Amino acid sequence: MAHSPDRRPILLDFEKPLAELESRIIQIRELAEENEVDVSGEIRQLEERALQLRQEIFSSLSPLQRMQVARHPRRPSTLDYIQAICDEWMELHGDRGGHDDPAVVGGVASINGRAVLMLGQQKGRDTKDNITRNFGMASPGGYRKAMRLMEHADRFHMPILTFIDTPGAYPGMSAEELGQGEAIAYNLREMFRLDVPIICTVVGEGGSGGALGIGVGDRLLMFEHSVYTVATPEACAAILWKDSAKANQAAEALKITAADLKNLGILDEILAEPIGGAHSDPLKAAETLKEAILRNLAELDQLTNQQRRELRYQKFRSIGVFAETTV
Amino acid sequence: MSLFDWFANRQKSGPATPEGQEREIADGLWTKCEACGALTYTKDLRSNQMVCLECDHHMRVYSDQRISQLIDANTWVAIDENLHPVDPLKFRDRKSYSDRIRETQEKTRLTDAVQTGIGQIESLPLALGVMDFRFMGGSMGSVVGEKLTRLIERATQQHIPVVIVCASGGARMQEGMLSLMQMAKISGALERHQSHRLLYIPVLTHPTTGGVTASFAMLGDIILAEPKATIGFAGRRVVEQTLREKLPEDFQTSEYLLQHGFVDAIVPRTQLKRSLAQLIRLHQPAAPSSHLVSSFPAIKALSKTALD
Repeated sequence: MAHSPDRRPILLDFEKPLAELESRIIQIRELAEENEVDVSGEIRQLEERALQLRQEIFSSLSPLQRMQVARHPRRPSTLDYIQAICDEWMELHGDRGGHDDPAVVGGVASINGRAVLMLGQQKGRDTKDNITRNFGMASPGGYRKAMRLMEHADRFHMPILTFIDTPGAYPGMSAEELGQGEAIAYNLREMFRLDVPIICTVVGEGGSGGALGIGVGDRLLMFEHSVYTVATPEACAAILWKDSAKANQAAEALKITAADLKNLGILDEILAEPIGGAHSDPLKAAETLKEAILRNLAELDQLTNQQRRELRYQKFRSIGVFAETTV
Repeated sequence: MSLFDWFANRQKSGPATPEGQEREIADGLWTKCEACGALTYTKDLRSNQMVCLECDHHMRVYSDQRISQLIDANTWVAIDENLHPVDPLKFRDRKSYSDRIRETQEKTRLTDAVQTGIGQIESLPLALGVMDFRFMGGSMGSVVGEKLTRLIERATQQHIPVVIVCASGGARMQEGMLSLMQMAKISGALERHQSHRLLYIPVLTHPTTGGVTASFAMLGDIILAEPKATIGFAGRRVVEQTLREKLPEDFQTSEYLLQHGFVDAIVPRTQLKRSLAQLIRLHQPAAPSSHLVSSFPAIKALSKTALD
């Protein structure tokens, strides 16, 4: 995929014991080869141990560790998935209001021979690209481009697939001046109006309103190690704990993981990731995504436009927890 | 007692007088304007809807006051007052969310950060929601989302306009993603209301920020704002950090939004009721078309000629 295989892996803190074990295996193998000793049995044992360790680590990640995986620089982002799951793809540009936001990509595509519209936030693949893409933080023009493309899809009866991967909407002065709030709000309302099926997937980081701005659909899917937050744990800690170093506690308290969100009734489906996270085997992650999209699309095809819109409304209508006392 | 004695006594009991003055302010007899410092007799201030008589500064008004300022006497019917927040995430920062809810409810006598109901404004029926900044900064959690959604749904059923007076710091973090999703839920209800060609007017008051700005505050058919309110998506400090430079003085004010095309009009509080009534009246459903045709005989004649 997008990442050239010669690049050295980027390790997260909690992956270090695993990396040590793996480099030990390589050392032993080299030593054995030099001295012509057969250690294949031992190596197999160590490799099994490494796999086990990897499974253990990734099955018990804390919310903040999961966030690190979700923000991993090598984690596949929107364009990686689009390239992996489409038979055809043509990117389209511009909000027709004077802007083309590189933090949002979108275009017409074909998946299993079917025409669809795909769009999502795009993080950069390196520092330079990240600056161009504004780290996946969309400006009002990005949300307006997304809406323009979704309206296009609706006119041509193309299902809409959105991919969410953003730390949040861009909090800059230009964004405020161009109506960041209005741009997101408009999408929230108009996505309820669209007749075509909409499937939204949190592929990486789901940052607050900036994520929701392309996140109103018939289905919300989320990768196992993705996170979706009302506010970043760092910001939440700064506001509620008056101490941004309490991000770990905030991440726990905010319930940002896929499993938590499934429990809260916000999420429809969790997509399993390869052991070690989507970045360790992007093609396998893409396969999982494609299967889930096609299956959900087939279900949504069974409904009329009106039924889909009604169910979409009810899906969001039912979110919320409160007490109602009898008067 | 001579004047001298009086002064001497006054100095001896030094702090007594300012304290006494403070007490009077505290007792609510006098109110000090936080903008110009002018002391005004609270009763006069109240009858001017908490707008400073000296400098026109709009002081904060709470939901009860706002409702009585806007709604015709004896026409207000509150709805969903029996909805209460709970603590679905068992959230605890420096204090637990349940304690925060209880303490805020006791202090404010409110159930949550919005009051909703049906009433009349210059005899025109409408559905009104009024947010209350006292309740955890007017933050939007499940109760605010549910009450506003029910209000909008009811307005759609009854074919009446919706007015929401906004005052909020945004989504309530203590309810996590449930809060964020209320933005979508309310926007969905507004889509239905709008598709019935019904009028929705948000009134943006100080402050309207975050998730409220990125949802129902910006979805009005017509958007009104009070003078000099702070209105924005990202907080000023966050924007400053992003830019690492000073922002213009009027950044994220009502006036700034008007200038950039995101607000239709800035309406002083003392004229708000009249303006809302005027707008609602102008958007009343049109008279039947037969009536229209007969009232324009000239057009009828013209189209006849055109056909010939």
